[in-house]
Amino acid sequence: MAVEEGASTSSGNTVMCLLTNPEGEPLGAPLYLPQNVGPPQLQEIVNKLLNNDEKLPYAFYISDQELVVQLESYLAQKKVSVEKVLRIVYQPQAVFRIRPVNRCSATIAGHTEAVLSVSFSPDGKHLASGSGDTTVRLWDLNTQTPLFTCTGHKNWVLFIAWSPDGKHLVSGSKSGELLLWDPQTGKQLGGPLTGHKKWITAISWEPVHLQAPSRRFVSASKDGDARIWDTSLKKCVISLTGHTLAVTCVKWGGDGHIYTGSQDCTIKVWETTQGKLIRELKGHGHWVNSLALSTEYVLRTGAYDHTGKTFSSPEEMKEAALARYKKMRGNAPERLVSGSDDFTMFLWEPALSKHHKARLTGHQQLVNHVYFSPDGQWLASASFDKSVKLWNGITGTFIATFRGHVGPVYQISWSADSRLLLSGSKDSTLKVWDIRTHKLKEDLPGHADEVFSVDWSPDGEKVASGGKDRVLKLWMN
Amino acid sequence: MAQGDYIQLHEKRYGKRLDHDERQRKRKAREVKKRSRVAQQALGLKGKRIAKQNYREKVQMKKTIAMHEESSTRRKIDDNVHDGAMPAYLLDRDPTTRAKVLSNTIKQKRKEKAGKWDVPLPKVRPVAEEEMFKVIRTGKRKTKQWKRMVTKVSFVGPSFTRKPPKYERFIRPTGLRFSKAHVTHPELKCTFNLDIIGVKKNPNGQMYTSLGVVTKGTIIEVNVSELGLVTPAGKVVWGKYAQVTNNPENDGCINAVLLV
Repeated sequence: MAVEEGASTSSGNTVMCLLTNPEGEPLGAPLYLPQNVGPPQLQEIVNKLLNNDEKLPYAFYISDQELVVQLESYLAQKKVSVEKVLRIVYQPQAVFRIRPVNRCSATIAGHTEAVLSVSFSPDGKHLASGSGDTTVRLWDLNTQTPLFTCTGHKNWVLFIAWSPDGKHLVSGSKSGELLLWDPQTGKQLGGPLTGHKKWITAISWEPVHLQAPSRRFVSASKDGDARIWDTSLKKCVISLTGHTLAVTCVKWGGDGHIYTGSQDCTIKVWETTQGKLIRELKGHGHWVNSLALSTEYVLRTGAYDHTGKTFSSPEEMKEAALARYKKMRGNAPERLVSGSDDFTMFLWEPALSKHHKARLTGHQQLVNHVYFSPDGQWLASASFDKSVKLWNGITGTFIATFRGHVGPVYQISWSADSRLLLSGSKDSTLKVWDIRTHKLKEDLPGHADEVFSVDWSPDGEKVASGGKDRVLKLWMN
Repeated sequence: MAQGDYIQLHEKRYGKRLDHDERQRKRKAREVKKRSRVAQQALGLKGKRIAKQNYREKVQMKKTIAMHEESSTRRKIDDNVHDGAMPAYLLDRDPTTRAKVLSNTIKQKRKEKAGKWDVPLPKVRPVAEEEMFKVIRTGKRKTKQWKRMVTKVSFVGPSFTRKPPKYERFIRPTGLRFSKAHVTHPELKCTFNLDIIGVKKNPNGQMYTSLGVVTKGTIIEVNVSELGLVTPAGKVVWGKYAQVTNNPENDGCINAVLLV
């Protein structure tokens, strides 16, 4: 155990510590550690105990509060007795560190109506946006200018989604049709996919570790059903009916189940081979607005990560994605969080039981968007009560509130290292929040009107935001 | 027009005529022609009444037909691209915000202060002073003519006491004093008998307003507590303005329509 010899052990006191991982399993036996041990030393200990080849960074938490000082000062502050065993939870942190964006590098006009959704491709190389002027536009990130304008929709483009292998882009419109686009050429692939009778509310692709190259995706609509489409057959293969009111959000989970949340206050879990209903999760008192999965970020980015590696064959991509997914998930089952109009959220483990694990209350207005952090440790929720709340991603306990917006907060997005959180609101500003200090990091004003959609690129370099003022803004450091 | 039931009695005793059904059928067939002949030839009030009745029936029939037709034809999805694009999470939500509600209440308050109202009767026939007042001659020789009696309906409050008769210039006769009005709610189309709280404005002049004279077009304030109206803030509304729609001195009652 490397303890600094230079620092004198003035008090000579030791304290009994037990290092546990986030799930609660202890790492080794309890240790007697001198009290002048701080996070760097603990990090070395953990690395040694886990037999890591490279020194990975860790953050340490004692009863949900981060340990930033030496144990001595912590004990003095908290007046914890040395008799009991001190449980220190270690959490792996991302090896790379994302810098917070603080300036608007480009304001690109092009859309003639409000921008309704923006999305980066999983490798972070392409950017697409859908707007109320019925077009989908692709933007060049190197020159920060428009690249392609994809026309073909008959009404507002409400939702766009990239396939996890980055080869396809699908967009859903207010008239209920879906169009497939090729991001390299900007051309439409095949005809419009019709079937829904009312507007499309959400789209989610099948994870690439289940099938590569990506073929299937599921779309949710106001008419109450969700449909699974196949891009190579260009038709709807399965229709998941059962909800009585509009389906507001849909997510394709990593274990192959589809989760749909609806205005009829229920969440249904479906299996994908035949489209049968597996479970129904009841409990909310009002519309379910948003769903979030603990592995969502990994499923969205597929095989790509911060190293920027490209893949030559779909099999290679599938293996890499599977490895990433397994690492992310560990042994725990997938967690699902649903945010609703009844001002509360529920934490579920849908694979285990149909009863919720925790109820997250505290918001004073409806919860519009919930999002797990990329490492699954945190959960953030954006609400119309002008605040963003941070929760523990595993247990669901409340951690902090981020106040600063003066209008309802519409959407949030995490940086790839889970250290920064971005929120866009009706008051036309974007705000970057620091997870470590629980404070505002950057304030990004500049939009002229409400901000409808924000996205942080998976490589962490850029943030794109679009809203009612019809321009797309790119923010960089 | 049969008086008594001798026809029914005969029918009960001896049964119906052998050609009864035939005759009924033919009469029914002729009904249609008879109805149209009557409608075309009737004159005067009767004709007007029949025409109005027929019109009402026609409108009702058209509405029911349209209603039935609605379900059989398939409506195409609205193809027009509207302005004001919103993302999916805002689509089902009410776009009017609190700000708009607030600005509406502020505008209403301002209108009240300015005294400008959107009234059902914007213009009324002006009433001349000779028509409004009758000159009362007083004094031993009936030469003094400074007293006036109001010939129109007036409202005085419940705590009203006359000025000493020797000094009162305007006489408001008790026979023409009313405290209640028949107020019609324009949307609900029902009439309530509500107490008058006060006269807000008489279009003929502010002297009449201060006297409390109620003529056609006057804005009065009525007690609507029995209607059970509540403001958006949750407070109970107990007074509302109404405009008088008849000539109360001719009818003997005040009819008004509520200003909502």
